Amino acid sequence: MNKRDDQVNNEGTATEERSLPHRRVHLHSEHQQQGEQKPADMPISISIQGLNAYYGKFRAVKNITLDIKAKQVTSVIGPSGCGKSTMLRCLNRMHEETQNGRTDGKVLLDDEDIYDKRVDPVAVRRKIGMVFQKPNPFPTMSVFDNVVAGFKLNRFWVNKSELADRVELALKQASLWDEVKDKLNQSGMALSGGQQQRLCIARTLAVEPEVVLMDEPCSALDPVATLKIEDLIRQLTSKYTIVIVTHNMQQAARVSDWTTFLLMGDDRAGELIEYGETKQLFTNPKDERTEAYITGRFG
Amino acid sequence: MAGRNTIATSPLPAQKTKLSDHPASANWGDRIFYNLVRLSALFVIILSSLLVIELFHGSWEAINKFGIGFIWGTTWDPVKEEFGTLPTIIGTLVKSLLALIIAVPISIGAAVYIAIFAPKWLRGPLSYLVESLAAIPSVIFGLWGLFVLVPIVRVIQIWLKGHFGWFPLFSGPAVYGVGVLAAGIILAIMITPIITAISRDIIRSVPKSQMEGMLALGATRWEAIRKAILPYCRVGLAGAVILGLGRALGETMAVTMVGGNAFALITSLFDPVHSMASQIASEFSEATYSLYISSLIYVGLVLFGITIIINILAQILIWKISNGKVGIIE
Repeated sequence: MNKRDDQVNNEGTATEERSLPHRRVHLHSEHQQQGEQKPADMPISISIQGLNAYYGKFRAVKNITLDIKAKQVTSVIGPSGCGKSTMLRCLNRMHEETQNGRTDGKVLLDDEDIYDKRVDPVAVRRKIGMVFQKPNPFPTMSVFDNVVAGFKLNRFWVNKSELADRVELALKQASLWDEVKDKLNQSGMALSGGQQQRLCIARTLAVEPEVVLMDEPCSALDPVATLKIEDLIRQLTSKYTIVIVTHNMQQAARVSDWTTFLLMGDDRAGELIEYGETKQLFTNPKDERTEAYITGRFG
Repeated sequence: MAGRNTIATSPLPAQKTKLSDHPASANWGDRIFYNLVRLSALFVIILSSLLVIELFHGSWEAINKFGIGFIWGTTWDPVKEEFGTLPTIIGTLVKSLLALIIAVPISIGAAVYIAIFAPKWLRGPLSYLVESLAAIPSVIFGLWGLFVLVPIVRVIQIWLKGHFGWFPLFSGPAVYGVGVLAAGIILAIMITPIITAISRDIIRSVPKSQMEGMLALGATRWEAIRKAILPYCRVGLAGAVILGLGRALGETMAVTMVGGNAFALITSLFDPVHSMASQIASEFSEATYSLYISSLIYVGLVLFGITIIINILAQILIWKISNGKVGIIE
């Protein structure tokens, strides 16, 4: 598993360099459309206020305060074990599904605290979807059923044609429709790894969330599949707020508008070191630890 | 970082060896081991063949006299030397089925709780209790059944007959306590631990990402278990149920004690029931002439056949469920 990951990453970097000119032009134009300087007072989707996350007595994430901008891609980077994934899992209350996992602090979605006692985590997860590190389609379901697995939840009756429309829409949003429209009845496991991951993105989009969290979505994929997912993330940003955890700094630089850098403190808890516009953070970091990390001096 | 350029080297002088210094023929241990395990496998095959041969040999006299009609014969009369065993076949199948109906939901429910919901400190003790339940000798279950369960069942029977007596299943005699219902319940208690223990391991082997994937779509825990976890491991769960069924079919002692052992076709849940295994056990010492003994062994042969047929059907079922689906058991 680890070996394979390393391999993929190495290959990933190699291919990235080869296809860099094309990618840069593409990204450049996207950024120009959105303007060179991003205003600091953009609408906020999720506001994290003093978030701590624990595994039993161990604190894995320490006192994070951060505003995630709406309809933007925010990446979370940092060395292994710095609490990136834990922090992400706190944003849709998945952390509490882990044995002994608990949190304190506030996470506001549209000014509502998702950790409020009256809030049902199920309702939170319908508004804040999640894509995991390893593609995890449901093996006993067809491609079609995989896409609407979430949509069909909590519904007693669904219109067949509405269901079909929703599947088509979600698969088109996930840039998968053309590849799978003839195999909707096959098992989701029959697809390639990259297609499986886009299937998982499609089933998340079919629930119509506001925010999509992605936990290293490309780390189990080959370079070509990785590029497809990155393109997809850029497309989705017109409609969704995206938070992506990645251990690949080039990926963060390519896909995100905003970047968050986390680092493990002396007590082994992850702390927020720097947060800013991606371009600024990568070219002109304010904190010397950020600079050390992005120039490859550790991590 | 300082040690990056130093490579650990052995302080001993390097000795060059040839591949032929270690010829394959010198590997005695491997060959002995190979022959030992092959012998063990052979032993199992020989043993089961001998078992079948002996069953046929022992029941030959009865097979010659009654032929295949023994299976649907409904008379068991040692005085007139006439034997047929349909009532015990029906009895065996019905009480096993009843046991499954009671035990499967409880077992899978308990397995889900232990595997997914139970806090860590409770998981160990619970598993231990379940497993020690499986180790209790059958005769203890029988005694407990006779002294504790049967009186309770009798009260339930009287109540059911009083209120729902018009329903055919509840129309039997509600006076004994012993019978199909008591046998089914005691069997259910006996097979619950084995189904629970195996299901628990199977459910725990489902990757966490399946449950999380469903939860992240906004499923409740119940929905995540029903739509992601149980479908993922349904083949394994079917296997666990079949193991439980196997034990229920062959169970002898407890069923003999609470079944009532009347040789008649059952028509309701309250009728006393004779099963194949309990018939063999209870009558073997009374069998005074060779055709009687031979008939009892013939019952054993039929039971053996039924067990095999059910196992084959179960295999086909499992094969049908998993057909064309990849990645159900990784």
